[in-house]
Amino acid sequence: MKKLTTMLLAVGISVTALVGCGGTPGRADGTAQTVSTDGSTSMEKVIGYLSEAYMAENDGIKITYNPTGSGAGIQAASEGRCDIGLSSRDLKPEEAETLEATVIAIDGIAMIVNPQNPVSDLTIEQIGKLYKGEITNWSEVGGSDAPVVLIGREAASGTRDGFESITGTEGECKYTQELTSTGDVVQTVSSNPNAIGYASLASVNDSVKLLSVEGVTPSTETIQNGTYKIQRDFVFVTPKDKDLSEAAQAFMDYASSAAADEMIEKAGAVPVKR
Amino acid sequence: MSKLKKTADALEKAMNAVFTFCGFLAVAFVLVITAFLVISGVPAIGEIGITDFLFGRVWASTAAEPRYGILPFILTSVYGTAGAIVIGVPVGLMCAVYLAKMSGGKSAGIVRAAVDLLSGIPSVVYGLLGMIIIVPLVREIFRLPDGANLFSAIIVLAVMILPSVISVSETAIKAVPKEYEEASLALGATKTETVFKVIVPAAKSGILTAVVLGIGRAIGEAMAVMMVSGNVANMPGLFKSVRFLTTAVASEMSYSSGLQRQALFSIALVLFVFIMIINLILNFVVKRGESNE
Repeated sequence: MKKLTTMLLAVGISVTALVGCGGTPGRADGTAQTVSTDGSTSMEKVIGYLSEAYMAENDGIKITYNPTGSGAGIQAASEGRCDIGLSSRDLKPEEAETLEATVIAIDGIAMIVNPQNPVSDLTIEQIGKLYKGEITNWSEVGGSDAPVVLIGREAASGTRDGFESITGTEGECKYTQELTSTGDVVQTVSSNPNAIGYASLASVNDSVKLLSVEGVTPSTETIQNGTYKIQRDFVFVTPKDKDLSEAAQAFMDYASSAAADEMIEKAGAVPVKR
Repeated sequence: MSKLKKTADALEKAMNAVFTFCGFLAVAFVLVITAFLVISGVPAIGEIGITDFLFGRVWASTAAEPRYGILPFILTSVYGTAGAIVIGVPVGLMCAVYLAKMSGGKSAGIVRAAVDLLSGIPSVVYGLLGMIIIVPLVREIFRLPDGANLFSAIIVLAVMILPSVISVSETAIKAVPKEYEEASLALGATKTETVFKVIVPAAKSGILTAVVLGIGRAIGEAMAVMMVSGNVANMPGLFKSVRFLTTAVASEMSYSSGLQRQALFSIALVLFVFIMIINLILNFVVKRGESNE
């Protein structure tokens, strides 16, 4: 009962706080313009940083984000239920007939192992075999004789979705641990000499060893020029046949301009090379 | 005079209403939560099929052909809780005996303060320490590839249930009439014999209450076990990475949608039913204890 009361109290306080912040000042004529975005959960951080920075500079514009997943976002954009659809995969040919995709950032997924692990390079095929449980000992990929401990993210994570689709291991991974945050993955890999994990490049620190994939070390440069393979695009999806609202167009221009690069980097993604 | 009395009466009445309202508010919360869980949890069970849901051995909520079997979670929660009780209750009970019977004034004060402090530590801190200390330790001691498993979770849960086990059983032990103990000692029994053959049996209903409370605490814990159990939906094994009922809800809720989300509500409903059963048992135990006295 005590817990319940505390919880309700917390909910009450946060609701009040939200209401408090909700009053966007609006334009001179008193109306606030809303740009609605809908889609990829992996893009939550990117869109969060971008919209916060944009709203701080542009009074009277409100950017909303509905985390529904790439597929749902693309559908929402094609049905006109949102201004901008967010997708962390490229459009399928039939989707591209009516929709326009604008890449605003690239998500680089880094493979990490414990610093004690002698392995420093893996191929995508090897990574796939490791995660599918076809290779269970590090000695098979040039490491020491030790069991492989596979660290991953929870089923609904965008990073997991990206990793599994690029390595072709969807639904087949034999994880030892499924953790709920990037920080947990880095911490666990740093404390277990036999662990391998994946995480957004930006969240990797010195406590773990960064692997090169097919001979290419992940960095902003190798991700931008496409030589580092474990990466995917973050795209804004808009209808081809309809013009965006003034506010949505302005936000899109901002997001694809050099001014947004800093925010994209802060959010852990890699800006597009211009 | 009469005016004063009138104001006092009005105040009395108003406060009465406020108290009654607050009393019913608590009831309302329970009803709302129950109704919400049933309404949002039942449809998915219907769609998946109750036997497939409760006894399905595979949970693959985001696969191309999703499967929603929660038997691994149910068994993990049951085993994890049982393990925590097996380790936590004996330790807690003996600590309570120490506090109630063996210790002198000062040292008991220190131990009691420590126990109180233990109950105030947030579960995320238990999880953090478990993740950084227990998991690597378990890995090295048992020479496993990875230490995040059911065993680590049991250790963490056992420590977490200690405070409630200790304080409830201490009260129960203290309530045993002193004459029992004196009679036992006078008959030539040693102190240890007295504790185990006289005091503990006399306090058994209180100790049982402590056990049930411990079960309640252990089965409902999410944060700490999420950090040490590995979270893979395996059928449970002592040294396997496992997922509990609580963590199954917590780890997927934030991004879930459609049937997956509904299924998570159904898991919450199952958990809720478990807690209800535990509470009913607790009520039963307490009532029986009272009628015995």
